[in-house]
Amino acid sequence: MSVTTAEPVIRLRGVHRRYPGRPPVRALDGVSLSVAPGELVAIVGPSGSGKSTLLNILGTLDRADAGEVRIDGRDVGALSDKQLSALRAHRIGFVFQQFFLSPGVSALDNVADGLLYTGLSLRERRRRAARTLARVGLADRVRHRPNELSGGQRQRVAVARALVGRPSFLLADEPTGALDSASGAAVLKLLHELHDGGTTVIVITHDHGVAAELPRQVHILDGRIESDETLELV
Amino acid sequence: MSTPRSRLRPRDTVRVAFSGLRARPLRAVLSALGIAVGIAAMVAVVGISASSREQVNQQLDALGTNLLTVAPSQSFVSTAQLPAASVDMVARLDDVESVSAVGIVPDAAVYRSDEIDPNQTNAIAVSAARTDLLDTVSATVASGRWLDDVLSAFPVVVLGSDTAELLGISRTEGDVQVWLGGEWFTVAGVLDPVPLAPELDTSALIGWPAAESLLGFDGAPTTVYQRVAEGAIDEVRTLLPATVDPAAPEEVAVSRPSDALAAQAATDETLTTLLLALGGVALLVGGIGVANTMVIAVLERRSEVGLRRALGATRAHIRRQFLGESVLLAALGGGGGALLGGAATAAFASSRDWPFALPVWVLAGAAGATIVVGALAGAYPAARAARMPPTAALSAV
Repeated sequence: MSVTTAEPVIRLRGVHRRYPGRPPVRALDGVSLSVAPGELVAIVGPSGSGKSTLLNILGTLDRADAGEVRIDGRDVGALSDKQLSALRAHRIGFVFQQFFLSPGVSALDNVADGLLYTGLSLRERRRRAARTLARVGLADRVRHRPNELSGGQRQRVAVARALVGRPSFLLADEPTGALDSASGAAVLKLLHELHDGGTTVIVITHDHGVAAELPRQVHILDGRIESDETLELV
Repeated sequence: MSTPRSRLRPRDTVRVAFSGLRARPLRAVLSALGIAVGIAAMVAVVGISASSREQVNQQLDALGTNLLTVAPSQSFVSTAQLPAASVDMVARLDDVESVSAVGIVPDAAVYRSDEIDPNQTNAIAVSAARTDLLDTVSATVASGRWLDDVLSAFPVVVLGSDTAELLGISRTEGDVQVWLGGEWFTVAGVLDPVPLAPELDTSALIGWPAAESLLGFDGAPTTVYQRVAEGAIDEVRTLLPATVDPAAPEEVAVSRPSDALAAQAATDETLTTLLLALGGVALLVGGIGVANTMVIAVLERRSEVGLRRALGATRAHIRRQFLGESVLLAALGGGGGALLGGAATAAFASSRDWPFALPVWVLAGAAGATIVVGALAGAYPAARAARMPPTAALSAV
């Protein structure tokens, strides 16, 4: 399966990002990275390596000081704050370590919130949310509230929320970080299934064990990419 | 390929704002309470004074504002009288619809019995009354009957409401007598309070002929009451002194009792303004409470802001969400306060047998004030939430 001919979902060229301080922190120091549609990529590095900054840049939550960032074919540097919000609403799905689900709100409405800023009606948002919950294997947990779900189930709700808008790619920040190993493995399995279905997934993690299960591993250290390996999985 | 804009429907803005409040109901209720107290105070103050005015207006409507009274102007001379012919003279005026009079019988007093010390007069005036008095002053009989042409010639008395109370008389079946001017008079009736002629409440009223024949009354009236055609009141007012006493018109005072009632209702306006200002202070304090709640909410919910930005919310969406929450919070308090103020007004009005009146402008004003307070209180916290960089919001867990 080759996808190299398609336009990359993500293309970074010589991206720099530094935070003011004494001395200034070079969080990203000339990072270049390209992710093609349909890839499942791990970005691995210890804490302080710059991977969180990279996540923010990839998710358009932060801007690069120098270099080119193209997300889904658009030059992020040239987009206004409003246009970036639109890009996030329609093209990027976020999954966070802490899930960030609304307490007291059903799984269905938590997932439907993934479409809140698209302007769709509540009815349509819920319809799509129900479909997406079924896709992540939680069809029978639609009415449950986060406190009635296990950690793994919560993270699957969060994945469904990221997925419900049919984004160009999923950006998962330590998706297994707050889970026990069994739940973590289940979430990874889900990401693999989504990948098999054609979804582009980028997992940011410090856990080499997690990264080892993914076909492409980008190692980052001190704001630079150390290695970028694609394993031929059997 | 262009990306569609981020969009948050107005209905969803309200929904999101509401869910923010619902997540912390106790805090929402407590901070709305401050607004509620302010609005309730303002609504109740205006409502109660409006109900009071409404009560006076209804009373005036029922009693009429066209009653004029004529009395000697030197009221400190207790024996001052009007000429005996004054009633007939007034009746001849064009725009006078009806005329009646009472004449205080000098040196006569009324006692429960002849055993009472003559000095204990209770300040009750014994007056001769014309039989048409009740109609002219809109007085009503509480029990028993009023004087007619026959009764007027006999030792029969009708008591004003205060007089009956002072003498301790409630029976009017004809078996109760009072010691009046050295004669036994039978009590025929007791009047209701007379708002337009309160002096009658402390009088004992006897027939004109009986006063003349039994008590040596000279037939000179002390107060003449007249109903005047509505449009001619001012004109008649200027004519009355010379009509009543052509010899000494300057010694005659004309007054309009309804003016006194209306003035009485107007006097509490100063107090109303003061209480309204106090309500405004309470509202201000409530607004500060809401602002405080919102500032804390924004600090606590940094990660929620970050999440919403990640889901595609623009800065404007975040600002609108928190502004909406603040306005909703204030509206919650305003609604509750309006209900509370309305209930207080209704309770107060019913306890005094007043009609319930709550002007619409008060409710509109309360709603307006609430929205303004909510928007002002939420403006800064909302702007602060909108300015938060999404990365800072997400990392602050």
